[in-house]
Amino acid sequence: MGAEKLEVLFQERIDANEKIEPRDYMPEEYRQHLIRQMSQHAHSEVIGMQPEGNWITRAPSLRAKKILLAKVQDEAGHGLYIYSATETLGVTRDELISRLHQGKAKYASIFNYPALTWADMGAIGWLVDGAAITNQVSLQKTSYGPYSRSMVKICKEESFHQRQGYEIIAAMAKGTSEQKEMAQDALNRFWWPSLMMFGPHDSDSPRTGNAMKWKIKRESNDVLRQRFIDKTVSQAELIGLTIPDPDLKWNEERGSYDFGEIDWDEFWSVVKGGGPCNLKRLNHHKKAHNDGAWVRKAAAAYAKKHLNK
Amino acid sequence: MFIQSKKGLPFKHVGSVHAFDKEMAVQNARDLYTRRGEGKGMWVVPASSIVAVDPSDNQSFFEPADDKVYRHPTFYELPDGIKNM
Repeated sequence: MGAEKLEVLFQERIDANEKIEPRDYMPEEYRQHLIRQMSQHAHSEVIGMQPEGNWITRAPSLRAKKILLAKVQDEAGHGLYIYSATETLGVTRDELISRLHQGKAKYASIFNYPALTWADMGAIGWLVDGAAITNQVSLQKTSYGPYSRSMVKICKEESFHQRQGYEIIAAMAKGTSEQKEMAQDALNRFWWPSLMMFGPHDSDSPRTGNAMKWKIKRESNDVLRQRFIDKTVSQAELIGLTIPDPDLKWNEERGSYDFGEIDWDEFWSVVKGGGPCNLKRLNHHKKAHNDGAWVRKAAAAYAKKHLNK
Repeated sequence: MFIQSKKGLPFKHVGSVHAFDKEMAVQNARDLYTRRGEGKGMWVVPASSIVAVDPSDNQSFFEPADDKVYRHPTFYELPDGIKNM
């Protein structure tokens, strides 16, 4: 069958909402688009362990420490589910990690912001995981089978993450005036970067066209961002915190909140490496990877020795 | 990696792990796929041992079933009065 005919059949399958499986025909651009998006997603899960891992030793109680450990372990798991799913596209995990280390592959910019106080553990779970869930619920319907299945599994685990974060920030908002101030400060710092997690406006998102045509993405950046805002505002109000956006206003006609313009200069600057922690996050990942090299070597040698017996 | 969610149910593919040997494969699989009581049983199989049907063979593999409708119980006409068969 000619390539053109195959592409027509492929698009017909997509239009009929069929899932594409690893051994099925797929256009090379579809494969490359998925490798880029899925590896970026996996890297985000893994790099995302750093701001929270930073607080494990300083968690305020044993209960909080156990929860945070479980959450960070989940994030590692999420990274691994998506790495495995990405490998079904014919790329190795080593290659994906090496692209991250060379700066050729990105991860979510939100993790380039520091986690300064314990209230940030609340804001991250509530807002960052909340934004990620909004995105991932939509991605459960993505056209690539292994990606879709990993999203289903991840979504089951994410609601624990968001609730534990909200519990932390709600507790602090109810605490002393100093604690409440910390909660408000965490919201102030994480609100706008959380909205940036959905990416540029649809009109400035060059790859959205193909991603929607191929049903890799099922809903646009702006639609998902609006959904996140609409469900989050009342959660802030309920615990007496104020969303740091003077333009935020309920729009009766649209049945949605209007909101202020995102600082896109900041967005692009962090994407391009200018955020407060870009260098730190990447260097830490490289160091952990290189420090673990002897473990991988030893395990390989041990397995080889036992195989030959 | 295959998990049996309850005793008596079939094992279902859930994903994959990297490992150097069987023991590490099982440990990694446990850490990765059964953190919330997802399974009562677990199989880990080397990916290279799985024989998959190439999708381009789909027609010859799966189509012949379509023209044998008499394999389905609904193909048969029953006299009135028979309710459960």
